[in-house]
Amino acid sequence: MTTTIFYILVIAGVLLVPLNLAAGLIWLERRLLALWQDRYGPNRVGPFGLLQVLADMIKIFFKEDWIPPFADKVVFVIAPAIVMVTVLMAFAVVPFTSTVVVANLNIGLLFFLGMSSLGVYSVVLGGWSSGSKYSLLGAMRASAQMLSYEVFMGLSLMGVVLMAGSFNLRDIVEAQHKVWFVIPQFLGFVLFMIAGIAETRRLPFDLAEAESELVAGFHAEYSGMKFGMFFVGEYMGVMLISVMISVLFFGGWLGPWLPPLAWIVIKTFFFIMFFILLRAGLPRPRFDQLMSWGWKIMLPLALANLLVTGALVLAFK
Amino acid sequence: MLSVIRTLWNVFLHTFQPRETIQYPEEKPNLPPRHKGRIILSRDPDGGERCVACHLCAVACPVDCIALQATEDENGRRYPEFFRINFSRCIFCGYCEEACPTYAIQLTPDFEMGEFNRQNMVYEKEHLLISGEGKYPGYNFWKVAGVKIGGKDKGEAENEAAPVDVHSLMP
Ligand code: SF4
Ligand code: SF4
Repeated sequence: MTTTIFYILVIAGVLLVPLNLAAGLIWLERRLLALWQDRYGPNRVGPFGLLQVLADMIKIFFKEDWIPPFADKVVFVIAPAIVMVTVLMAFAVVPFTSTVVVANLNIGLLFFLGMSSLGVYSVVLGGWSSGSKYSLLGAMRASAQMLSYEVFMGLSLMGVVLMAGSFNLRDIVEAQHKVWFVIPQFLGFVLFMIAGIAETRRLPFDLAEAESELVAGFHAEYSGMKFGMFFVGEYMGVMLISVMISVLFFGGWLGPWLPPLAWIVIKTFFFIMFFILLRAGLPRPRFDQLMSWGWKIMLPLALANLLVTGALVLAFK
Repeated sequence: MLSVIRTLWNVFLHTFQPRETIQYPEEKPNLPPRHKGRIILSRDPDGGERCVACHLCAVACPVDCIALQATEDENGRRYPEFFRINFSRCIFCGYCEEACPTYAIQLTPDFEMGEFNRQNMVYEKEHLLISGEGKYPGYNFWKVAGVKIGGKDKGEAENEAAPVDVHSLMP
């Protein structure tokens, strides 16, 4: 009985916390960007401007929800939901602590990779169904970018899988009791980080959105809460990648003194802030640079990493 | 790659730098005296209106927000019968000030003129006219201009010689 209740609580928590945190992250991002640009950011509404999120939410809910007449209506409506669904599904396999996990799949890592790949559909379909040139260009860029970065995203994680000997995320964390995988798998960490940024379409890899060239890229035609869903989905993606980095490379909930949940929250927030720092610091590359960077540098590196790790694991078995 | 890391580090160091923002309603910005804000009409040292209703400001105004009507007083001094600036259109470019031959129209460093009602943004002459001389103290157009007005004949202005009598043969 108590386990059932605990289980329901976990599910509710995993459903609600990322959703609400994603809204909170908008505030965090604005404040941090402002800090790094020597400004204040939203600081008027409520303490430290925290209620700004609420104000924005109210605003976005009451915005006119407009579907352009030239859009493919059904797909147009479904697209923003896909991003939310896939990210939330991926959260299901994330082990926040050894007990707080919705689905302890033995192929958890593959499930995560699959779900984050499915997220591309949201962008592509959203851009395609909008029936506008800018959106189409954004969607095209997104699909090309995601496809090429997906490849080495998976490959960069195989080193971790080899070392832990499991696809189960909980086992991967447990395998890091002695040393966090970031040390033996540093290259894998860097590669996954870069692929993760590309996967969440954050700056500097936000070519699908690229306000300065494509208006708003794939969601140029979206308004109201549908736009908000893309937005929240993006932030949840950031959270997902951050929590996955901590789980896969930084020992997940492992850490001294503090309770496990605190550790994973601290680590996740550290990487979320790093994502925001990237946005504050780096310009957007050109599209061909992005592609050649992905195929010509990252992919060979990921393969080499896999090869060397495999050889070493075999040698020391 | 190294430059990327250096960039990130330099951006991160901004965490410890003071913020530039001025928290406006509590903290007032320090505006220079030449700041182009709310427009006023100034008076000459004797207290007369400087504006001679020449319409140059209205012509110079790129958004056509100045309207005035010229008239003359009993002394032959031209002055605007009404002078109206629609501040909801004014872009505070300062062209009117540059065009004005008499230093009458001037922009001041005051910008707090928000209104809830758009009609209130239209300023009439009584709102624009101040009792001082603004940025150019001591200047009196009618005292230096060669125009004849009541109480000042030709040649009586400052730095002005009496007019030559062209009908006389005397040197
Ligand atoms: S400041 Fe520019 S816009 Fe405003 S009244 Fe003068 S000329 Fe017109
Ligand atoms: S304010 Fe100056 S430019 Fe405008 S009508 Fe008066 S004298 Fe002429």
